[in-house]
Amino acid sequence: MSDLNLKPNLAAPDAFYEELIATHEGLQDDESAALNARLILILANHIGDSDVLSAAMKLAKDPASVSS
Amino acid sequence: MLQDRYSLAFKLYPYARRADQDATEVVRHPVVVIGGGPIGLATALDLGRQGKPVVVLDDHEGVGQGSRAICFAKRTLEIAQRYGCGQPMVDKGVVWNLGKVFFDDRKIYDFNLLPEDGHRNPAFINLQQPYFEKFIHDQIVAEVAQGAPIDIRGKNRVEAITSQDDHVVLDILTPEGPYQIEADWVVACDGASSPTRAMLGLDFEGRVFEDSFLIADIKMKNNEFPTERWFWFEPYFKAGASTLLHKQPDDVWRVDFQIGWDVDRKEELKEENIRKRLDALLGNDAEYEMVWSSIYTFQCRRMKEFRHGRVIFAGDAAHQVSPFGARGANSGMQDVDNLGWKLGLVLDGNAPEALIDSYHEERAFGADENILNSTRSTDFITPKSKTSHMFRNAVLELAEHVEFPRSIVNSGRLSLPCTYDGLSLNGADKLEGGPNRTRVGSPCPDAPVADGFLLDKLGGGFTLLTIDADAPNELDVDGVAVSRLALNGTDKHLAERYLGAAKSAVYLIRPDQHVAARWSTYDQTALEAALKTACAKG
Repeated sequence: MSDLNLKPNLAAPDAFYEELIATHEGLQDDESAALNARLILILANHIGDSDVLSAAMKLAKDPASVSS
Repeated sequence: MLQDRYSLAFKLYPYARRADQDATEVVRHPVVVIGGGPIGLATALDLGRQGKPVVVLDDHEGVGQGSRAICFAKRTLEIAQRYGCGQPMVDKGVVWNLGKVFFDDRKIYDFNLLPEDGHRNPAFINLQQPYFEKFIHDQIVAEVAQGAPIDIRGKNRVEAITSQDDHVVLDILTPEGPYQIEADWVVACDGASSPTRAMLGLDFEGRVFEDSFLIADIKMKNNEFPTERWFWFEPYFKAGASTLLHKQPDDVWRVDFQIGWDVDRKEELKEENIRKRLDALLGNDAEYEMVWSSIYTFQCRRMKEFRHGRVIFAGDAAHQVSPFGARGANSGMQDVDNLGWKLGLVLDGNAPEALIDSYHEERAFGADENILNSTRSTDFITPKSKTSHMFRNAVLELAEHVEFPRSIVNSGRLSLPCTYDGLSLNGADKLEGGPNRTRVGSPCPDAPVADGFLLDKLGGGFTLLTIDADAPNELDVDGVAVSRLALNGTDKHLAERYLGAAKSAVYLIRPDQHVAARWSTYDQTALEAALKTACAKG
């Protein structure tokens, strides 16, 4: 069990963001949403830890619930 | 008027006049079971084997037609084995381990259940419900021949039920007119639409799922399908939003089409329309004969209390789940397993009525677990929102190519017996290094022993299982007997399942084969305390 990491953890944040946006390029909204769903599943499986995943879902739903 | 609501697969207990009908004073019985379905019959068998007189009232004269519940899980077979009727079920049933999952027009993966070895029974069997009921009834007939006091009364319909403080009055209608009996205890096993529940004006709340399923049992003539379970999500052949195909005995295949909520039942049940769906699934060249068909909808709900004074509810009368995961009849059999010994001890005056309250505590806990699991399956199979649908299909698309999403794919989670974690009959859990799966509250897992299997050695009473530990062979604590089963930990299955890292173990096991308490060595005072707790005397 570990805590959700809310400190910067991406080695190259700009490059990550660029790739994320580029991945969706040319897709219809529905296709983008489906891609996001697949991406969430893939990342969730990689993380595995259910406490981390619960904390991430709570934060995504209500960003104001945690302030750092 | 006594009119049949359905036709019979087996006529087993034709109406016959009983002395009660001519008695000048209303006759009192210790236990009356309402409903002669699988749960009612099993309840009667359990009590009859204990020598407790039991009357079963059913408004028909045998087992209704239709395959209905077809999946019987290992725990159910173990319970049936304890009642002496498990083997014919296993012999007749179809065992399968291979399954295939399809999405749209393609197979996305297949799986092998790889059942754990060292068990007498398979993980589950497919068997038409009428056979299941017939085998229980066959055993009742055999037990009655040996003197078991079981009396099944066909065409006896309960018309009214009056609850008193210490008994229940039943008004019964027969083809020869009405009569009355009284019962110290009533066990209502009269199904999802329980007339008993309605007559007592009791609640039954939960969630309705807006979907219908068309079931068709077919006999193949020219097409050899393997003994596998095939499940389609959104099949390209458009015969249903999901479709399930699996095999039953007698070369009969069960096909379940999920056909939506707003359907014309009469129209859908026409043979030509069922055949349209089947042909879409099987191809136009498939030849088959139709054996049985039905449309069902389902709800997930349970009664708030399973005990109301001297009336106890079991099976679908007490709780109802979606069919995914086979948790209907299987959970009902666990109700019976749980209730039988408790009622026996209370009837003998060896336990207080509080023991009957623990039936509600434990089985409502089990029902909640089943409702949770079957609701999760239902929500995966029939997503309720656009986003839910998108995630579901994302899981299926990924599952075709990588392994991890296959554990998320949920077309029904196999019914497993519930562990009564933290409930009031549980005693000490003091086996250091003991396996988690045999913690207090767990149903005992089977294991091979010298001349057979462990569960066959756990009889109708309390058992003190000792593994490489000393203890007295027979004990009697305030009228409750305990027999010892002495084993050693040389078999690897037994050691894995009951010792873990411990060198020795002492388990107090209830008559329903759940662990009541466990220690590393025997201690008389500790055992007596645990036994009192397990009988609600604490």
